[in-house]
Amino acid sequence: MTRYLLKRIFYMILTLFIVATITFFLMKLMPGSPYANEAKMTPTQLEIMNKQYGLNKPIWEQYLIYIGGMLHGDFGTSFQYSNQPVSSLISARLGVSVQLGLQALIFGVVVGVFVGAIAAMKQGTWADSTATVFAIIGKSVPNFVLAVILQYYIGLKLGWFPIAGWGSFSQTILPTLALSVGPLAETARFIRTSMVDTLSSDYIELGKAKGLSRTEVIRKHAMRNSMIPLVTLIGPYAVALMTGSMVIENIFNIPGIGEQFVKSILTNDYPTIMGVTMVYCVGLVVILLITDIIYGLIDPRIRLTEKEA
Amino acid sequence: MPEKILDVKNLQIDFNTYAGEVKAIRDVSFHLNKGETLAIVGESGSGKSVTTRSIIGLLAKNANVVGGEINFHGENLLEASEKDMQNIRGNEISMIFQDPMTSLDPTMKIGQQIAEPLIKHKGASKKEAWAKALEMMKAVGIPDADKRINQYPHQFSGGMRQRIVIAIALICEPEILLADEPTTALDVTVQAEILDLMKDLQKRIKTSIIFITHDLGVVAGMADRVAVMYAGEILEYGTVDDIFFDPQHPYTWGLINSMPTLDSDTLESIPGTPPDLLDPPKGDPFAPRNKYAMKIDIERKPPFFKVSDTHYAATWLLAPGAPKVEPPLEIQRRWKKYALMKKDHELVSEN
Amino acid sequence: MNEEDLKLSPDAFEPLTKDEREDSEKIAGPSLSFGQNVWIRFKQRKAAVISAIIIILMMVIAFGSTPFINNSTLVKSHPQYANLPPKIPGFGAINGLNGKLKQNGQWVDAYAQNNVPKDKYFIAGTDYLGRPLGQRIIYGTKISLIVALVAAFFDLTIGVLYGVISGWKGGGVDNVMQRIIEIISSVPNLIIAVLMLVVLKPGITSIIIAIAISSWTTMARQVRAETLSLKNEEYVLAARSLGESSSKIAWKHLIPNLSSIIIIQTMYTIPSAIFFEAFLSFIGIGISAPQTSLGVLLNEGQKNFQFLPYQMWIPAIVLCILMIAFNLLGDGLRDAFDPRGQR
Repeated sequence: MTRYLLKRIFYMILTLFIVATITFFLMKLMPGSPYANEAKMTPTQLEIMNKQYGLNKPIWEQYLIYIGGMLHGDFGTSFQYSNQPVSSLISARLGVSVQLGLQALIFGVVVGVFVGAIAAMKQGTWADSTATVFAIIGKSVPNFVLAVILQYYIGLKLGWFPIAGWGSFSQTILPTLALSVGPLAETARFIRTSMVDTLSSDYIELGKAKGLSRTEVIRKHAMRNSMIPLVTLIGPYAVALMTGSMVIENIFNIPGIGEQFVKSILTNDYPTIMGVTMVYCVGLVVILLITDIIYGLIDPRIRLTEKEA
Repeated sequence: MPEKILDVKNLQIDFNTYAGEVKAIRDVSFHLNKGETLAIVGESGSGKSVTTRSIIGLLAKNANVVGGEINFHGENLLEASEKDMQNIRGNEISMIFQDPMTSLDPTMKIGQQIAEPLIKHKGASKKEAWAKALEMMKAVGIPDADKRINQYPHQFSGGMRQRIVIAIALICEPEILLADEPTTALDVTVQAEILDLMKDLQKRIKTSIIFITHDLGVVAGMADRVAVMYAGEILEYGTVDDIFFDPQHPYTWGLINSMPTLDSDTLESIPGTPPDLLDPPKGDPFAPRNKYAMKIDIERKPPFFKVSDTHYAATWLLAPGAPKVEPPLEIQRRWKKYALMKKDHELVSEN
Repeated sequence: MNEEDLKLSPDAFEPLTKDEREDSEKIAGPSLSFGQNVWIRFKQRKAAVISAIIIILMMVIAFGSTPFINNSTLVKSHPQYANLPPKIPGFGAINGLNGKLKQNGQWVDAYAQNNVPKDKYFIAGTDYLGRPLGQRIIYGTKISLIVALVAAFFDLTIGVLYGVISGWKGGGVDNVMQRIIEIISSVPNLIIAVLMLVVLKPGITSIIIAIAISSWTTMARQVRAETLSLKNEEYVLAARSLGESSSKIAWKHLIPNLSSIIIIQTMYTIPSAIFFEAFLSFIGIGISAPQTSLGVLLNEGQKNFQFLPYQMWIPAIVLCILMIAFNLLGDGLRDAFDPRGQR
């Protein structure tokens, strides 16, 4: 297990290093200058600015400085907000995005499991059909479309929840809903298939042959076995939530890193773009590692294979 | 007269498939005596599994019981409520499935899986049930049982898992054990061990067994009586000796003839394939593959003709006026042996 | 059981000839090939069949419109017709489809207000420059479908090839190829696209490049896993031990057996690619003027949603129909190929 973990962590670091390198050189190819008011600047001013941002040094040196800085959590200085380090820009906003993402994940998965399990148990009935239709719609309707609709009809017209901003819990409700629809629909579909599959397996048959009732078989044998593989979906969910947050935070005017990322893209603030990209990658890689570990902990079959490996 | 513990009469089961209605079980009747082992032999698709599953009410969703009755303790199981069936399953009638690799819950400790029926049916506490489970594990021959009771299925070999499945089936000491090809998925050496174990446990807890197999070789050492099934019907039934040494139906001849023997170096087979049960034949279902088939075989379904008090066969060859045919050499050899056995038997009983 | 006293005429016991026996052995139902079975099961899924028809219709309309709706017609603006709601001939009684717009709680005829000639109809309304929204939506749908086809193309080429090679070669090659996929998929797809679009100039070409880089990894993973297990199937082992060439084995044994997972995965890549484009255009870095796309239209419509809801609703509905249709088609094909576990 320890050897496996060390190997995984080594590959993780290697991956992040490669991603950082590629991002760095990509950003160097970026057209346009980082300074918004470049036209008004004199050559001397430009030189001072370049010196300040370290852009007068040869590319390889800039690269070494960048990688070296990153190891200390330093992503350079934002172009958009002068003198503000990217790292503090991100850390001020990270908590907001993490909270929104976690809320959406928990809500989506819990409701999704519930809906999917009911659909599987009532296979072929109206409950199943309804759940299936909603899951398809939830999977198909883009979250930003849903966000605008929720914001207008539930926020503005009905006035149930605030339409934008961040601070109180009620302000988190609409964005959480909009963001959770994807994972919710996906979970419901996944659990339904997984459950239907499990319900047709031999050990469920043996459970019935033991004399367990349908609900006992489901509670004791089917539920856990159909839910374990759900762990593998957490990685894809993280991706969906990260990208989803970019547009949802924008629509609801939430000060998270997704909103910052879009702003940075539109203003060519490349130290921030690189910084946020790296934060997303680190987040994703760590989440993938954690889900693998969790999977090993809850599925007895995997525990052994890893011990042997 | 032995006591009938289970009596199946005129069972008919259809399956709804998108190709049409498959008539999987067509008028099957048999009974099980107390304490005996009845083997139901047939090739895959002959309906032997469906028959046993109907006994504990675990048919697939698209199965449809068209008619018949299954009597157990004066109750027709086909009409019993789901609640009643739950009380019977795993308690009075247990079942062992074919593939031990998939019949255990991969994420539950085996101790709990074995203890489950006891908790459900006998209201045992968790502690009592685990103690009994440990006892059962020892009884089915699992070494280090007290340690392994906390392990998960994947930590056991196929043979060990089948022992666990047997422990689960027998922990409530059921009156009937339905064993659906319990050794098919196992290595030959392990097969023998499992069969010995089943015989041993049968004696200890006095259960009756319906043993389903496609392997006649397994039947000889295991069963008291044998029913031969083909295309959803029983074609011949009798004691082991009746079936092995005095077979009457050409299909039984074919089955016996295709068993490997020590002194023949060719392996016979039955040509052709079983009939399509979407549109079952109206006569003897085996007729198309039967080289002894007669005109009447495809026109009318043969009734059971009595061979002896214990032995019946559904073939027109036994009808009065039917021509005498020459069965395969192996069968003729067995008939001769049977005649000798009978003579010996008569001599013994005269003395 | 009961020995009946059967009186049978002696000719009943006539032996049957081989032919007579075989005659009665004829199989009632014709046996069906795998493809026929898939087709039968697919046809039973009404939702999938309807989705397929909708997709074909949308393709015909979107691609057939090219002579009439293109970059030059898209730029023509008619300020005098700006922001007109939908008006469809024959729908005079239905508010919202008759050229009337809700202003301060009252339905007002926007066409009359702007002095639009009586015989002028914009069935999907117009945008802030007076450009017919219907045309723009059809064009946007075409962009979505192009993106869908491009994603499917990369899935079927890079994805399948990568997966087959990785799975078939195994060992070190597989290891390196899997590491590369791991690196690509440790950056969310859309972030890759965003980075590409930041570096390249926004537009359909950049989106296609972004898709080429990131969309095929799921396909490659699935094909690899399937290839790995197929490689050890007995019939493939048999072909290998008989000395058949790798390419022949791939063509004769692998591709046919991979076909169902390839088709299903392609059907799932398509809606995510459509989402991909809509998302990028919505945040303002995807398709740019004079071209338009459903994402661009949604972005424009969102700004005026409170007052001119049709400007967002109509492209949103078209986008959702497209996504739902592809998802349902994918589900239908999955169930048709793999009947296990389904009802």
